[in-house]
Amino acid sequence: MSDKILMKGNEAIAEAAIIAGCRHYFGYPITPQTEIAAYMAKKMPKIGGTFLQAESEIAAINMVYGVASAGKRVMTSSSSPGVSLKGEGLSYLAGSDLPSLIVNVQRGGPGLGGIQPSQSDYFQSTRGGGHGDYHMIVLAPASVQEMAELTVKGFELADTYRMTAMILADGTMGQMMEPVSLDLDVKPAPEKPWATTGTGMAREHNIVNSLSLVPEELEELNFKRYDRYKVIEENETMYEEYKVEDADIVLAAFGIAARVSKNAVDEARKMGIKAGLIRPITLWPFPKAPFKAAAEHAKAFISVELNMGQMIEDVILATESKRPVTLCNRAGGMIPDPKQVLNSIIEVNGGIQ
Amino acid sequence: MSTKNMLFSGFGGQGILFAGKFIAYKGLIEDKQVSWLPSYGPEMRGGTASCSVIVSDTPVGSPIVSNPDILIAMNLPSLDRFEDAVVPGGMIIADSTLIERKVKRDDVTVFYVPATQMASDNKLGNLANMIIVGKLLKEIGDYSEEGLNAALDKVISARHADMKEVNLKAIKLGAEL
Repeated sequence: MSDKILMKGNEAIAEAAIIAGCRHYFGYPITPQTEIAAYMAKKMPKIGGTFLQAESEIAAINMVYGVASAGKRVMTSSSSPGVSLKGEGLSYLAGSDLPSLIVNVQRGGPGLGGIQPSQSDYFQSTRGGGHGDYHMIVLAPASVQEMAELTVKGFELADTYRMTAMILADGTMGQMMEPVSLDLDVKPAPEKPWATTGTGMAREHNIVNSLSLVPEELEELNFKRYDRYKVIEENETMYEEYKVEDADIVLAAFGIAARVSKNAVDEARKMGIKAGLIRPITLWPFPKAPFKAAAEHAKAFISVELNMGQMIEDVILATESKRPVTLCNRAGGMIPDPKQVLNSIIEVNGGIQ
Repeated sequence: MSTKNMLFSGFGGQGILFAGKFIAYKGLIEDKQVSWLPSYGPEMRGGTASCSVIVSDTPVGSPIVSNPDILIAMNLPSLDRFEDAVVPGGMIIADSTLIERKVKRDDVTVFYVPATQMASDNKLGNLANMIIVGKLLKEIGDYSEEGLNAALDKVISARHADMKEVNLKAIKLGAEL
């Protein structure tokens, strides 16, 4: 037997965060991510860390801002309605160029919605989540192993680029157990000379702030931030391709939808339909290149999502509208069945030849 | 075995999730690909619990079992809800102490196990779940004592190590049926 253990996705995120050196967690319970907070509550006191159940999501994200300012690895987690509450804080973190990790284990919305799995916060996550011009690095795990690995990766990317990284999961990924190896490769955190750790009377004061009243200066800050985003787009885009090379019909799906889609691709192949799947692992930056390349040989694309059609817009942009893109979806906490996805493939293929 | 899609269902408190976790861990120890997905919705708060367990030789795609090869039904609402979903040629194991009706399907293999009564008769507390697990392992030809011990070590925490013996007894009881 390998050194793998069975763990819930939520627990894997929490343990991976600790392995990555995170010693500060602030949160507020909400289904279906509460296991993260519960795990942190149990573990953090034993390793000299801080677990704090804040009075609200808004308080929690501002505590994250505080620890991030001091240059320490810090995280919070929530589910959809709770992440909306954190929106202001996400914008302030971006405006202050602070690294942090946010986890959103999505549930059906809008409003208080339900507690079943959803991917309907795609727009919110990939377009920033709060006001102003900014992005978060958005990571979409599709297995419990990836929940752990992308958590570590998220902390590293956040530190490297001084910005927020988000793990965008859903209720299924959070609740399911799968074998996971916690033998994770963690790079040491970089120096953070900008952190507000006390001058020791030896240097100038560091100021962490998102206020900038001179428009010329604020414009310059935005330009610089977007220069950094360009580097991220070039260097950090991640995706998985499954049977794409000769595919006539290419599915686009992330997280749990990608797993369902993989089953459907296999079934379609058995019927003689050349189907394939591109699974974005970074939702921002979106992996445009594999879609553009696939549009050269594929006849059509299908975006499989647990929402009313959000990522489909990025697929249309990435394929430069060269091929038709249709939507195969469920919403409100429902998950598409592999048969539904297979039927979409057959329909787009014009039947089974 | 290539892939086995299993659905465990019953009342909260019957150890449904535990039984599923045991089967998943047993698969992991035997180097299979496994997944375990519990129901966590409002129905859980209403008293029923279920979990999807997949044990496979190949990587697990969707972890959601909508059409099980094997249904473990430990109460009537579970049988009512999932009976029709079982794939033709599949298997249903029902706790016949709590489910008085017969399975209507004639294209599946059915085992009626009076597990709750047996647990009570043998002073095994609420281990009807593990009696059913024993029956399941025997019927899928996956019963071996070494495997049981290793998997039980994984699912029973050190704090409850004294429970291992009774769990083993329950599994054996089920396998002898």
